[in-house]
Amino acid sequence: MNPRRDPVAHAVLLLGAILFVVPLWLVLVGSTQDSAAIARGDLSVLPGHEGFSAYSRVLAGPVPRMLVISLGMALAIAIGKIIISVLSAFAVVFFRFPGRQLAFWLIFITLMLPVEVRIIPTYSVMSDLGLINTFTGLWLPLIASATATLLFRQVFVAIPDELVEAARMDGAGPLRFLWDIVLPVSGANIAALFVILFIYGWNQYLWPLLVATNPRLDTIVIGIVKMIAVETETDWSAVMATAMLALLPPVVVVVLMQRWFVTGLTEGEK
Amino acid sequence: MAMLELVGLRKSFGTTEVLRQIDLSLTSGEMLVIVGASGCGKSTLLRMVAGLETPSAGRILLEGRDITSVDPSARDIAMVFQNYALYPHMTVFDNMAYGLRIRGLSREDIARRVDVAASLLGLSELLGRKPRQLSGGQRQRVAMGRAIVREPKLFLFDEPLSNLDATLRVRTRAEIRRLQRRLGVTSLYVTHDQVEAMTLGDRLLVLHQGRPAQLATPMEVFDHPADTYVAGFIGAPAMNFLPAILTESGSAAKLEAGPLLRFIDGRRDRPEGTALTIGVRPEHIRIDPEGVPLRIDLVEPLGSETLVHGRLAALGEAAVVLRLGGRAPEGDILTVAFPPAEIHVFDAETGLRLS
Repeated sequence: MNPRRDPVAHAVLLLGAILFVVPLWLVLVGSTQDSAAIARGDLSVLPGHEGFSAYSRVLAGPVPRMLVISLGMALAIAIGKIIISVLSAFAVVFFRFPGRQLAFWLIFITLMLPVEVRIIPTYSVMSDLGLINTFTGLWLPLIASATATLLFRQVFVAIPDELVEAARMDGAGPLRFLWDIVLPVSGANIAALFVILFIYGWNQYLWPLLVATNPRLDTIVIGIVKMIAVETETDWSAVMATAMLALLPPVVVVVLMQRWFVTGLTEGEK
Repeated sequence: MAMLELVGLRKSFGTTEVLRQIDLSLTSGEMLVIVGASGCGKSTLLRMVAGLETPSAGRILLEGRDITSVDPSARDIAMVFQNYALYPHMTVFDNMAYGLRIRGLSREDIARRVDVAASLLGLSELLGRKPRQLSGGQRQRVAMGRAIVREPKLFLFDEPLSNLDATLRVRTRAEIRRLQRRLGVTSLYVTHDQVEAMTLGDRLLVLHQGRPAQLATPMEVFDHPADTYVAGFIGAPAMNFLPAILTESGSAAKLEAGPLLRFIDGRRDRPEGTALTIGVRPEHIRIDPEGVPLRIDLVEPLGSETLVHGRLAALGEAAVVLRLGGRAPEGDILTVAFPPAEIHVFDAETGLRLS
């Protein structure tokens, strides 16, 4: 049966799409409405009369700085995670050293410990290093990643031994081999992982909340929460405008990287 | 002077001995083919010469220099891999140039060498392509080109034709031989294919379970196989083996229930009654009215020749293959004879050739 003609499949797809789109739509129209009306519960499903005034309101405030902080943090986390996990996976896959298996299992075990579990010791370490309330403190403890290491390990293990040997006979040392062969060959995987890790970094909430109490280091996610926290007079259309703005960078990353990701896939051998 | 010398080379993985005692010497420009069934240790031997495996014992000398513990890239050896091992993200040009770039050759030198190799291999039009845009045969040639541009002292080939289809394999085989002669580079070539071994090698090394079974020219190996393993491995269809015993004070073999085969090349120095294995190649069995009856059970016409499979009732239903020029004879029964000049005599117990 041709799946394109299957009405059930279509219905499910449509339902899924609506479930995803409706909240976004509400936020979008909410950002164009009168704050007081939203606070009363009169959230219309049609765009309001305020136009984009809420946007100019929030853009005049601390939101641009928050976006920059979030962007910096998400990029640092994504790039840092990729660098660290590529290097550790490279070591685990291509070098025979005593304790290799142990190193691998140690990395593997840390998968079982979510950030929340080790957040107190991490905080204490950051505090000893004097990194509380610094930008470095925002991203540094988050760049070790067992998941990414495991993923790259799988990618590297799939590189044929002959390719490794050919490079050895061509005279490529380990770093040269990493740079010239391994990285280009795993380009598509790096791109895919970058997207995932960027969004992970962008959405960080608990850690930035703990480590940076200085409002100048507020990320956009924390910024939104703080805006709502002022119970008495929440400027709802501003909150929604900020939420829309907070959505943009991840969307841009997904769209841009997806292209690269697809070329990466089709460029691969076979 | 010997170009490549292997002295007492051994390799074990754990307690498994993969190669026991390989001694070998190649003269300059020689092509030596290492042939054997899978698992005989031939690839391990090649990889030790390349430096990709460390020998458990023994030495490797290239032009007199001990390279046993030298890094693969510093050995001045190039290798063509079975799956070509081309860098998938690089163009043909870059694939060939990569090793030269690492060695720090100038841009002009690299371009010149790659151009020469590319025109030699008919790749000049393809230099800008990526490996995935090439056919199997073209990839194979790029792999050869990558070895050629290095201008090494020694070429290593690890079953380079096994991923090609039959027609292409025959053509590439001849190309490799021509190229190797023309460049005059000493070469080690590993294969499990006995036709490749026969056609490519100046000499053959037949490996059997990690031991050198025979080292000689292809025709010598074919005409005087050192043991039953070599005899059965080289030549297709394989040699027929018949049980017999030594009689007439060592000057003849008595088949179980057949004719007496008198040796024309002298006596075998073994006690009478020694159990023998008599080998006869399919193309050497003759149709002879005086011979033993053979019951035909399968005829395979190949056009220019015909393979006849049958059983010798008189010899305990021993299976025998004949290769006849022309068409198959009529009927179910043939009478065949084994020309004394063409028989090979082996000790049944050790499998070694008796002469």
